[in-house]
Amino acid sequence: MLDRIVFDLFAGLAILSAILVVTRRNVIHSAIFLITALLATAGIFLQLHAEFLFIVQIILYVGGIMVLFVFVIMLVNLDVALHQMQFRRQWWVGLLLAIALGAEATAAIYIGRLGLPGPETAPPASVLEPNTELVGHALFTGYMLPFEIASVLLLVAMIGAVVMAKRRT
Amino acid sequence: MIGTGHYLFLSLALFLIGVVGVVTRRNVIIILMSIELILNAVNINLVAFSRLVGSVEGHVFAIFIITDAAAEAAVGLGIIIAFFRNRETVLADEMDLLKW
Amino acid sequence: MTHALQASLEALKPFLLPLIYAVAIVAVLPLLAGYLVLMERKVMAHMQVRLGPVRVGPHGLLQPIADAFKLLLKEDITPENADRLVFWLAPMLSMTAAMLALAAVPFGPGFQIADLNIGLLFVVGISSMGIFGIVLGGWASNSHYSLIGALRSAAQLVSYETAAGMAVVGALLLAGTLSLRNIVEMQENTGVWFIIAAPVGFFIYLVASIAETNRAPFDMPEAESELVAGYMTEFSGFRWALYFLAEYTNMIVVASIATTLFLGGWLRPFPTTHWLNFLDWLPAALMLGLAGYCLYRTPKQPVAIQKLVMVLVAGMFAAFAAILLAPMVATHIAGATSMALMVASWKPALLGGFWFLLKVFLYIYLFMWLRFTFPRYRFDQLMRLGWQFLIPVSIVNVMGIALGLALHRQWGWPYGVALPTTTVITLLIAAALARTGEKKEKDEAVVGEFWGTGRDA
Repeated sequence: MLDRIVFDLFAGLAILSAILVVTRRNVIHSAIFLITALLATAGIFLQLHAEFLFIVQIILYVGGIMVLFVFVIMLVNLDVALHQMQFRRQWWVGLLLAIALGAEATAAIYIGRLGLPGPETAPPASVLEPNTELVGHALFTGYMLPFEIASVLLLVAMIGAVVMAKRRT
Repeated sequence: MIGTGHYLFLSLALFLIGVVGVVTRRNVIIILMSIELILNAVNINLVAFSRLVGSVEGHVFAIFIITDAAAEAAVGLGIIIAFFRNRETVLADEMDLLKW
Repeated sequence: MTHALQASLEALKPFLLPLIYAVAIVAVLPLLAGYLVLMERKVMAHMQVRLGPVRVGPHGLLQPIADAFKLLLKEDITPENADRLVFWLAPMLSMTAAMLALAAVPFGPGFQIADLNIGLLFVVGISSMGIFGIVLGGWASNSHYSLIGALRSAAQLVSYETAAGMAVVGALLLAGTLSLRNIVEMQENTGVWFIIAAPVGFFIYLVASIAETNRAPFDMPEAESELVAGYMTEFSGFRWALYFLAEYTNMIVVASIATTLFLGGWLRPFPTTHWLNFLDWLPAALMLGLAGYCLYRTPKQPVAIQKLVMVLVAGMFAAFAAILLAPMVATHIAGATSMALMVASWKPALLGGFWFLLKVFLYIYLFMWLRFTFPRYRFDQLMRLGWQFLIPVSIVNVMGIALGLALHRQWGWPYGVALPTTTVITLLIAAALARTGEKKEKDEAVVGEFWGTGRDA
């Protein structure tokens, strides 16, 4: 019962914030609504007993990526852009595309609904229990190679971002 | 009880809103933000299945996706800053230097 | 009907105690932050050989209440062309992030709103959300000074957050757990505060936390002689009060984390050494001493109403002393009755709460002491210190502590040999890093704050 309320709250907040991200005229308002969408997603993670991912989402996504977004929005903020068209001329094509994709995915879920794991067959949440320890163990034993590749990727991205954004003096 | 369907439809809804954002908006920064929405939708999907199957691998994959999203956002925003310095615009329609 | 009511009450019970704690914290915190402002002004004054606020209440003790009234009744000015949604939201974000971080902090053995498994990361993450309050506030003001101050402040916070996080990882390695209550219990088990085992981590965290809270000597973004007041320039009245309270609440959060991780949380010094048990009488003795001092100063007050307030303050301290004495003497006075046993069982909670607050208070006093002693860092020096000195030293610190633990676990060196050895190695590498940093710097001139007049709204 409480589970249901929490899920409805966070899911509703996430979808509402997402719609507001995509439709606001002011880019800073979009960024603020993206922050709330990411926080709602973190809430969904917490409800799914993924506590390490919840806090990683807050530290990295909200505290890192969104700060970067807000900085860049302030650097490229143009007042003239506020008065121009926000959407492309053929926005209805995008909407139709999304509806078609949604219908197709819904059909796929419906057809395959019997093969999906359900809450009845799910193991108890204690399987994920010392969550940080389990994730850490998996990262450092089974998934060591992707972990190292991710660190190299971050190094490359850091160097790339610094080089791209440097002023050519 | 909250079953697979709920999480799948939530993830699908966020994904579609992100797709609409990418395809419809002109401002490149909002396009990047919609891409972040898409990545979050995928994360919700992964974590939901990880919970329902009972293994932690979905969480690990989601962590890698968040890491990649950070790298991509950093580089993408760097490119936007560099382009803005040259052309004074952030609208995707006006970034057409390679067209004939 | 009553069965359903009882069932729902049972379901709500796990939420009841945390809710009471949360309401208590939210109610007490603005008052506490206000008195911290008074403490800062008095400390600043006495370090500058003057008196500070003395008129409102004896020794200025009612000054925060007067300030609160003034700020609440001030006119609320919104700049023209300011973004109204963001202007309204930004101070709330700062205050919310600061207060939310206190949810995971253990004030005593049972006093915790939420004992999270990931408590430490939670506090780090929520503190990183406080950056938004600053950046959005500066942007929403639609003014140059605000924007530059906000961007500088945010850049400073982001830089020192990394160093603070890695310094905290040092204590995390020693404790083996992310839950703050378990970290304090590990310090109780090993009988030694982690500052003794990881001093380099403590000092890195001290410096990084001064920068995290925008305190001097790292307060370039918001000092009075620079950039007017940085991101807070255009906020007045209650909004400014929210920002200000958020800054002092951040100080309390950062001090709480340092206390929990490095200074033993709610434990008294040498918690497991039995011949030092007389230290358990220290809290009550301190409170009685303060009450006695207040009574001693009462006749010297110039005005009758101030005499009265001073006597009331003395009474308050005496009441605290009585509360702290009660668990120690309950069984002596009343025998082994159930009431006396219950009161005696509160001893770790009450004494623990006192020790925790004392340590937080001393850490914040250290902040204030450093503010009025050192001149201010210039912004590029600040960034250089963060990126080129503190982050490498904190990485070396993590490796050093991990090496010390490995020496103990793999090769059987005792803790008392392994950890000091690695501390010495870390300090040598840090000194080498500082040397190479100095050779690169050509200018060393810093801007000094000579006329510190405190903050007036």
